[in-house]
Amino acid sequence: MTVSTGEASAAPGAVRPRRRFLPRWMRRLDVKVSPYAYVAPFFLIFLAFGLFPLGYTAYVSLTDRNLLNPVSSFVGLGNYTELLHDSYFWNAVENTLAIWVISTVPQLLIALGLAHLLNTKLRARTLFRMSVLLPQVTSLVAVALIFTQLFSRDYGLVNYVLGHVGMHNVDWEAGRLSSWIALSVMVTWRWAGYNALIYLAAMQGIPDELYEAAAIDGARPFRQFLHVTVPMIRPTIIFTVIISTIGGLQLFTEPYLFQPLKGSAQGGSGRQYQTVAMYLYEKAFGSSQFKFGYAAAIAWCLFLLIAVISLVNFLVVRRIRSADT
Amino acid sequence: MSAVAQPVRIGRRRSVGRRFGSAGPLTYVFLLVVAAASAFPLYWSLVVASQDNSAIADYPPSVTPGHQLFHNIGRVFNSGEVNIDFWTALANSAIVAGVVAFSVVLFSALAGFAFAKLSFRGSKALMLTVVATMLVPVQLGIIPLYIEMIHLGWLNRLPAVIAPNLVSAFGVFLMRQYIAGSVPNELIDASRVDGCHTLRVFWHVVLPAVRPAAAVLGLLTFMMTWNDFFWPLIVLTPGNPTVQVAVSTLASGYVQDYALVLAGTFVSILPLLFVFLALGRQIIGGIMKGAVKA
Repeated sequence: MTVSTGEASAAPGAVRPRRRFLPRWMRRLDVKVSPYAYVAPFFLIFLAFGLFPLGYTAYVSLTDRNLLNPVSSFVGLGNYTELLHDSYFWNAVENTLAIWVISTVPQLLIALGLAHLLNTKLRARTLFRMSVLLPQVTSLVAVALIFTQLFSRDYGLVNYVLGHVGMHNVDWEAGRLSSWIALSVMVTWRWAGYNALIYLAAMQGIPDELYEAAAIDGARPFRQFLHVTVPMIRPTIIFTVIISTIGGLQLFTEPYLFQPLKGSAQGGSGRQYQTVAMYLYEKAFGSSQFKFGYAAAIAWCLFLLIAVISLVNFLVVRRIRSADT
Repeated sequence: MSAVAQPVRIGRRRSVGRRFGSAGPLTYVFLLVVAAASAFPLYWSLVVASQDNSAIADYPPSVTPGHQLFHNIGRVFNSGEVNIDFWTALANSAIVAGVVAFSVVLFSALAGFAFAKLSFRGSKALMLTVVATMLVPVQLGIIPLYIEMIHLGWLNRLPAVIAPNLVSAFGVFLMRQYIAGSVPNELIDASRVDGCHTLRVFWHVVLPAVRPAAAVLGLLTFMMTWNDFFWPLIVLTPGNPTVQVAVSTLASGYVQDYALVLAGTFVSILPLLFVFLALGRQIIGGIMKGAVKA
């Protein structure tokens, strides 16, 4: 063998890093440019299927676009003026806000208490944590269908139990407040445990010294919870409030499947629990209306509503907490 | 590369837990009640799914499972009796959730690596943008997105539910935090000296080190995609559904056949339930880890 390549001369079996040096200019390019290539997929896909449609919604909302009518014309703020005088829309806004409040407040309070309980020295810790996360694994569709059965008027378990305390055959679906309560139970059941785990994670980052100091000052556990735990996890509370706002104001699946006649999205015979997201769906895809321009205006208003309420929440939660620290 | 990192365990965070001492009996009572409340609706779906539909009207209602479970599940899969093909639905959901989970993990790891370990102009601003996108309710863009799908010819086809979910801001964020904390800079520098270009560094150094976080992210993404309903309901039809669309179609008959509906529901939950029971500890670790940094 007169010709021996570099690889052949290496001792068999010896692990050697393969050195493949790139030309200098390519290495410069690699260091300078490749990072952009690695983050590009995220931004490109988010742009194409997230940001662009959202922005384009604003444009569509200024037209009378309809799926059945290929030619659409510019109508300016026409959809918005119509929307402002649309009593169904305001009804949906009211329902959405009400359901959001009566599901978010108990949900986060339960989550706080639950996190506090989980933040002790527990036997079977993982088992308890798993049990509170179980509802989160259950799909929204499953939650909605199971609870719809539980809340059904004639054969529902909830009414069976309530029958023993003198409330007979509550028609949960038909009433306004009662349907809101049923929906809020679904939302709370699914999300309380998840938020509890997030609070728990934040609580575990609180230094022990704070509790020791509070204990020396004579603070009982409940006061420690109120004056040490809660202020210390304030950023996390703000985070969960905003996330619940964004999710809660877009509530769709639970009320949609709560309807006896699925497919329409009226939210009950009297629209007693039609949310804004359902109204959007009704105008765009339900009952063969395909009013895309009008639905886009609804979407944009919902977006504004979410932005404003998130901001208000942020300010309120920040103020309350800093007041008692 | 056996030298690669002892990655920070994502599953077993040592909990502090000593601050309020041991849990008292009352704590256990409360937590047991909560655990029961969490499990009960799932148990109830099994009870209803295993009964004859006429037994639903029993008074008092029976609270133990009946003997009809397999009969009812058989009805769910019998496309002669129900107007959907449940096998197609399960296969579709598995494909969609699988592809999305894989893609989210890959792109999140790539971007996370760039943000955590490579220096490039504008990286801070771009990372901030990623986090900010988590607060944008992109679901509200469904009207133009639907029009987009018409133009792409994807209506009623799986790409329509896959494409918009291929990346996740939460994933990028989680991976960035994990890579920053678990891959030593020295290791990256060393492989650079050895002549690795950045993609090889990613492949041989970073990827092996992020396996635990990648598994958790993949699982969470799979679950979320499996459970997705609003968008699939809009772009797919009962002829080519995901499992959630199929279950909701079962429920949309004029006469409520609760035994049938909850049998389908039960089948739709089962795969995730198995995954959760097997890997719950890791999933909880992932959620809590993502939460602390947020």
